[in-house]
Amino acid sequence: MKKEWPLWEVFIRGQHGLNHRHVGSLHAPDAEMAIKNARDVYTRRNEGVSIWVVEANNITASSPSDKGPLFEPSNSKVYRHPTFFDIPEEVGHM
Amino acid sequence: MTVAFTTLDPAVYADWLMRLGDNTLILGHRLSEWCGHSPVLEEDIAMANTALDLLGQTQLWLGLAGEVEGKGRTADNLAYLRDASRFRNVLLLERPNGDFGQTLMRQFLFDAFHLELLKSLQTSSDPRVVEIAGKAIKEVAYHLERSADLVIRLGDGNGESHGRMQSALDDLWPYVGELFVSDDVDKAVADAGIGPDPADMKAAWRQTVDEVLRAATLSVPGEGYVHKGGKRGVHTEHLGYILAEMQFLQRAYPGATW
Repeated sequence: MKKEWPLWEVFIRGQHGLNHRHVGSLHAPDAEMAIKNARDVYTRRNEGVSIWVVEANNITASSPSDKGPLFEPSNSKVYRHPTFFDIPEEVGHM
Repeated sequence: MTVAFTTLDPAVYADWLMRLGDNTLILGHRLSEWCGHSPVLEEDIAMANTALDLLGQTQLWLGLAGEVEGKGRTADNLAYLRDASRFRNVLLLERPNGDFGQTLMRQFLFDAFHLELLKSLQTSSDPRVVEIAGKAIKEVAYHLERSADLVIRLGDGNGESHGRMQSALDDLWPYVGELFVSDDVDKAVADAGIGPDPADMKAAWRQTVDEVLRAATLSVPGEGYVHKGGKRGVHTEHLGYILAEMQFLQRAYPGATW
């Protein structure tokens, strides 16, 4: 039998923030306890209004060794930034 | 017909407030003994959070006790300069921590009582009590949620954890009766509409406890001998050791601050 509790990644939505942000990880036997532990470990100083937890092994991550093929091709494609349009004055700030 | 809280003998009222403040102080101190020693980091922090909540409540209850008493004693005076026989906490809360299961079981049995008490203090005739209870109840609702959850998980866990939780329950059960024994102080406070008669809270407490213990697959011991005395200052030897550690600094170096 495995003795360690599974690892959970914790995401918290701050008081004024829009999105849940990854704040760290912790161990807990199940999702409900992970929420409680996250409350106790990561919101002691009034940091949040909402907590998400996800078991770390449910996260699929991109491989660091794929960095070249995944990300470098977009380096040289400035035309993908919508900066080549003239926006009429009356539209204002976009 | 209840009489206004202002007509209650201040000495009696202060005595009752010390029961509230000493319960949270002594349990808070017991929990703080785990700091740095809990089985896992997450529990360590959670336990310390609970201890700090209780300590904060202590400040408010003992502060009000000093004010009501009218002899110029502050919450610090009451916490650090009273002898054991002047403490009014129930015996349950001075029980040694034992293993983690015993600490949790004690916490759960008290949390379930504490929440009922604070609920009923929401309608106290003294607005100062209502205010303190209003702040504390949110903290205690979480304490109960957490301790109940853990009691269920460990009781309904594996053979080892189930056995430890059952023996914790069996050990502590003779101490829960004191929570619901009413004496003259309780009656005077109830008559003044300040707080509940403890005996009236037993049914609601028992319902919570039965529900959680059933889910935890633990069997509730039968009614038996009830250890009591803490509420009138008759304590077990354990309180002396707690106070020796807690009060040492102020006793050895009166008025020391840092």
